Amino acid sequence: MLKIKEHRDETPSIKTIRFFEKLDADPGQFAMVWVPGVDEFPMSISYAGKHFGITYQVVGDGTKALAKMRVGEKIGIRGPYGRGFEIKGKRLLVVAGGTGMAALGLLVEAAKARRSAVDLVLGARTSKELLFEARAKRAGARVHVSTDDGSKGFKGLATELAKSALDDGEYDLICACGPERMIVGLLRIAKGRHMKMQASLERMMKCGIGICDSCALDGKHVCKDGPVFDSDELEAFEELGKTKLDLSGRKTPI
Amino acid sequence: MTDLSVELCGLRLKNPTMLASGVLDETGKSMIEVARAGAGAIVTKSVGREPRAGHPNPSVVELEIGLLNAMGLPNPGIELYAQEVREARKGGVPIIGSVFGGTEEEIAELAGQIAKAGADAVELNLSCPHAKGYGAELGSTPERVEACCRLAKMEARVPIFAKLTPNTSSIAELARAAERGGADGIVAINTLKAMAISPEARMPILGNRFGGLSGPAIKPVGVRCVYEIFEAVKIPIIGVGGVSSGRDAAEYMMAGARAVQIGTAVWTQGTAVFGRVCKELAQLMEDNNCRKVSEMVGVAHAGRP
Repeated sequence: MLKIKEHRDETPSIKTIRFFEKLDADPGQFAMVWVPGVDEFPMSISYAGKHFGITYQVVGDGTKALAKMRVGEKIGIRGPYGRGFEIKGKRLLVVAGGTGMAALGLLVEAAKARRSAVDLVLGARTSKELLFEARAKRAGARVHVSTDDGSKGFKGLATELAKSALDDGEYDLICACGPERMIVGLLRIAKGRHMKMQASLERMMKCGIGICDSCALDGKHVCKDGPVFDSDELEAFEELGKTKLDLSGRKTPI
Repeated sequence: MTDLSVELCGLRLKNPTMLASGVLDETGKSMIEVARAGAGAIVTKSVGREPRAGHPNPSVVELEIGLLNAMGLPNPGIELYAQEVREARKGGVPIIGSVFGGTEEEIAELAGQIAKAGADAVELNLSCPHAKGYGAELGSTPERVEACCRLAKMEARVPIFAKLTPNTSSIAELARAAERGGADGIVAINTLKAMAISPEARMPILGNRFGGLSGPAIKPVGVRCVYEIFEAVKIPIIGVGGVSSGRDAAEYMMAGARAVQIGTAVWTQGTAVFGRVCKELAQLMEDNNCRKVSEMVGVAHAGRP
């Protein structure tokens, strides 16, 4: 188990935990986080290397319990797991919806480190919930903000703002993480323009290591084959945007 | 030429490797992927009457020596799962439907239902070590094992395999009981009841506290169980527990298994493990001058006093 070095608020609903340990991870990879006596769940690795970290939204009992943990206390970490983003090309359009940005901070930094130009479309419900805006700017990305309520930047969906970015500029690759309807919308736009895209998907996970089938998506496994999939894989999914499995393996509508 | 195909209670398998129950088999499409990867047959997730969420996470603990799990028999219930069985059949290999129940009557009824859904055979889960009221709790006495097999045979017109628990003083006794009840084959072994504790958290790691150990650590136990069962019954045996190479499969076969199931090795090697085990097994058969799998079955019993 690992000791919490720092536990900070990113937004009113999103928090980051940093650890003393080092963990190398690709942008888009995740860890299984165990809150003893409560639950274990997958979370984006938001900082890699020295003092790695995870960033999460407080949504259910498990994350509520995690949010109460203090510096010096210990939690269990398994990982890194899954397949992350593979940065290709010199001009990237990165699209983040809400907490999806947790997985994309590392991507923006890695892309800038290899001297790719990065335009980041950062969407959130409201200005207060914008995640890693300053971090992305520090890394050298051009940031385009959208909020549902118009409290900052473009008023509307990140998908719409991404579309106008694509109208104005030339990109080699779209990388996205956010709500599934956003991914589906972007995929449609990318397909119409014959553009390559990679997106990180989310499904309920139990084992995290590719055996239990809980995160199955058309015979692929989000925990091992993903969570990042490319355009060809995304377009082949019949269940994407339509169904997901519940805890008992029942297909339920998204 | 070595021939890897086997005939098992009327089922024709292109090779003697099967996907073990509980791994990548909650959905039909995943089972098709495993069939494509080279498995000779697929055993489904264990299915019950009603949808069941399973135990709270953590449900797996990764160990150096294997894997500890307490999934807790999650499944969507037989009614919904029937369509996953039908989907899985598109993979082109025999589908063995695994079922669990709280009573002899319930497990028998489910055996009939999953056979009706299209399963080519049924595996009775008499051995899950971590689900209260099910699995090993039903399958721990010879009397109940015999009754489960007898009733299941009446409900399902396909071969019935009894998957037995090693958490008993005599697995051979349980196997004899299954044979008396009319089972067509024995599957051995299920996981060993086990626990891992986090010294920092001062509590068991699994959400269910205890679970089942699988993988390399339990292979010698499984091989010993199959060896004992081979001397106790005449019906075919399917060996399972820690198979991750052709040598492992050969060990089980020489102990008396006609086929093997693979589960935990999917974690370490992915679904490519089926092709790898088959390739290595074919080479071993060639080295042993065996042209057919059946020529290896039980050879380790030769020369015993």
